[in-house]
Amino acid sequence: MLIISSPRCEELLASRTLQLIVMQNRAKSGKNSPKNLDAELDITAGGGLNLWLNEGFTWLVYGVAICTALTLFWLSWVILQQAFPAIQQFGLGFLWGSEWNIGELKFGALPFIYGTLVSSAIALLIAVPVGVSVALVTSEDFIPNWVRSPIAFVVELIAAIPSVIIGLWGIFVLIPFLLPLQQFLFDRFSFIPLFSTAPSGPGLLTSGIVLAIMIVPTIAAISRDVLLVVPKDLRSASMALGSTRWETIFRVLLPSGASGILGASTLALGRALGETMAVTMVIGNSPQINPSLLDLASTIPSVLATQFAEALDPLHIGALMYLSLILFVITLLVNIAAVLLVRVLGHKQG
Amino acid sequence: MTNPSSKLETPESIIAELKKPLPIARTFFTYGMTVLAFALTGLALLPLVEILWSILRQGMPQLSLQSITSLPAPVGVEGPNGFGNAIVGTLIMVGIASAISIPFGLLTGIYLSEFGKNSKTASGIRFITTVLTGIPSVIIGVFAYAVVVVTKIAINNGQIFIGREAVDQGIGVPLPGFLGAIANLFNYDINTLSIGVGGFSALAGGFALSILMLPVVALTTEEALKLVPISQRFASAALGATRFQTTFKIVVSTALSGVTTGILLAVARAAGETAPLVFTALFSDNWPDGLFNPTPSLSVLIYNYANSPFPEQNNLAWTASVVLVSLILLISVASRMVTRRR
Repeated sequence: MLIISSPRCEELLASRTLQLIVMQNRAKSGKNSPKNLDAELDITAGGGLNLWLNEGFTWLVYGVAICTALTLFWLSWVILQQAFPAIQQFGLGFLWGSEWNIGELKFGALPFIYGTLVSSAIALLIAVPVGVSVALVTSEDFIPNWVRSPIAFVVELIAAIPSVIIGLWGIFVLIPFLLPLQQFLFDRFSFIPLFSTAPSGPGLLTSGIVLAIMIVPTIAAISRDVLLVVPKDLRSASMALGSTRWETIFRVLLPSGASGILGASTLALGRALGETMAVTMVIGNSPQINPSLLDLASTIPSVLATQFAEALDPLHIGALMYLSLILFVITLLVNIAAVLLVRVLGHKQG
Repeated sequence: MTNPSSKLETPESIIAELKKPLPIARTFFTYGMTVLAFALTGLALLPLVEILWSILRQGMPQLSLQSITSLPAPVGVEGPNGFGNAIVGTLIMVGIASAISIPFGLLTGIYLSEFGKNSKTASGIRFITTVLTGIPSVIIGVFAYAVVVVTKIAINNGQIFIGREAVDQGIGVPLPGFLGAIANLFNYDINTLSIGVGGFSALAGGFALSILMLPVVALTTEEALKLVPISQRFASAALGATRFQTTFKIVVSTALSGVTTGILLAVARAAGETAPLVFTALFSDNWPDGLFNPTPSLSVLIYNYANSPFPEQNNLAWTASVVLVSLILLISVASRMVTRRR
């Protein structure tokens, strides 16, 4: 016969007895066959305060997680609500209105949408080949590993530099460097509409190049990860059939990593569309539509950054809110597409 | 089906082809692409090296104790010229952002990793949080403007102002110097009985930064917690621990270094942000004056001074860049050291 003296033991025994009773009741009700009883045993159940803390914590964590998710809906609701007066005032015509006159309270979004899309397109045209090259150089065995890793690290370091500093560099270093090049393009090719205006330094082309510098790390890092997980067998098979290294890259590696590279580019596009400070500092902030890439322009983020703090008229603020709603919707769609692309890829590999 | 050995013999034509060197076009293609890939990689590295070099070359000469402890001098006035106020302002706003986002982010990460796991709710929350990381920072600034700046409530001499009228009430008690800036965080003046919430303020800027940090903290916490082996959770449960005890005493304490790294990376990101601050915290040439007044920050100072026509202000922008980049690198290095200690 056991002699139970310590109260701790008694407590244990009591809870154990309780569990047994619960088990018996369950067995009686016939929901569980006796064979499954051991699997049903809940050994984490404590007593009193601990159980209460546990319940409370579970609900707290659940509530906070829901709150985090609700932030996105709160954000959408607030921007929609703030833009509503302007939506009523201007309607859908706002999207293709090309005049932006604060004095006369005439507002149209087209110059900004044009500037945003064109500067991001230039950035993608430059950054995709460069980013994929970096990914190839740092994932293939062209050079020894001790050179590859620092290159990958240094390229990703640029993502840590604040965009306002890249803008500062753009103003004082990049623009003076690009101006002779732009002048050359204008002198020789001014019959092409793309280069038909005299360059002044800032403009669409400059901002596209700055954006490209900023999104290369995104494309390089993700594409590198994608290329590193392409199965070795595929590469070996291609090599065994007599392909050279670059034939293997173009016919085997890049096609099998295509969806990942596409996802990386989409993610980079999202970054480029929403990038604010660096673009604001080198685009010239002039709300106009001109086919020339050398001319000044303006993007949605840049007009928000330059005009929001000084906007006084409710209609002006409303128009800016309408613009942010447009940008929000575009970037939301691009980002969801990117997340889904990356997720589809993950499932394929998993 | 003649002689079995003839099967192993390779036809003359194939032997000839194997002995031939690679056609000139294919050789050219191989070497050409290698050169092109390296050229493009060099092109990607060039701007980064140039940016770091420019920051050091243009910013270091003016960097001194005076420049990081004194106020910006008006243009043309001789005297101590610096951006101490912007450093304090950045620290205050990043502090507010951390105070809001770290508890929320941590708990969300714990939910995703420990409680929700692969349930539909958790997948939904994970998806929304991932989407939240991709929202442009300027949009988050607009959100903070609408939520905090415009809904300002001010009580001035017994009168209550709400909304835009309150923004127009320039209230606050300027206290001079470094100590005053820190001591006067809560703007309350007995003489005029004026107090305000919202408006262009450190609070609005900190709120915007917190929305920016929240998804980063949540997702990195989840990743860090997922690395803790499942057997440790089982062991804890087998000893009779509740989920709460397992989560805090086993999972979080094991993954603490990973969680800290995530938080530090989010802090580094917030410290460099400009777009959400330009029209929420605004800027000021004085020391930060309470949480409810326009507050300077390093990034907005760089933006303002980069566009300035005065060379001395442009130079100050470069010096501020040195300080900001050092601050961010310091945080990143700290996060690496935390990871290594494990």
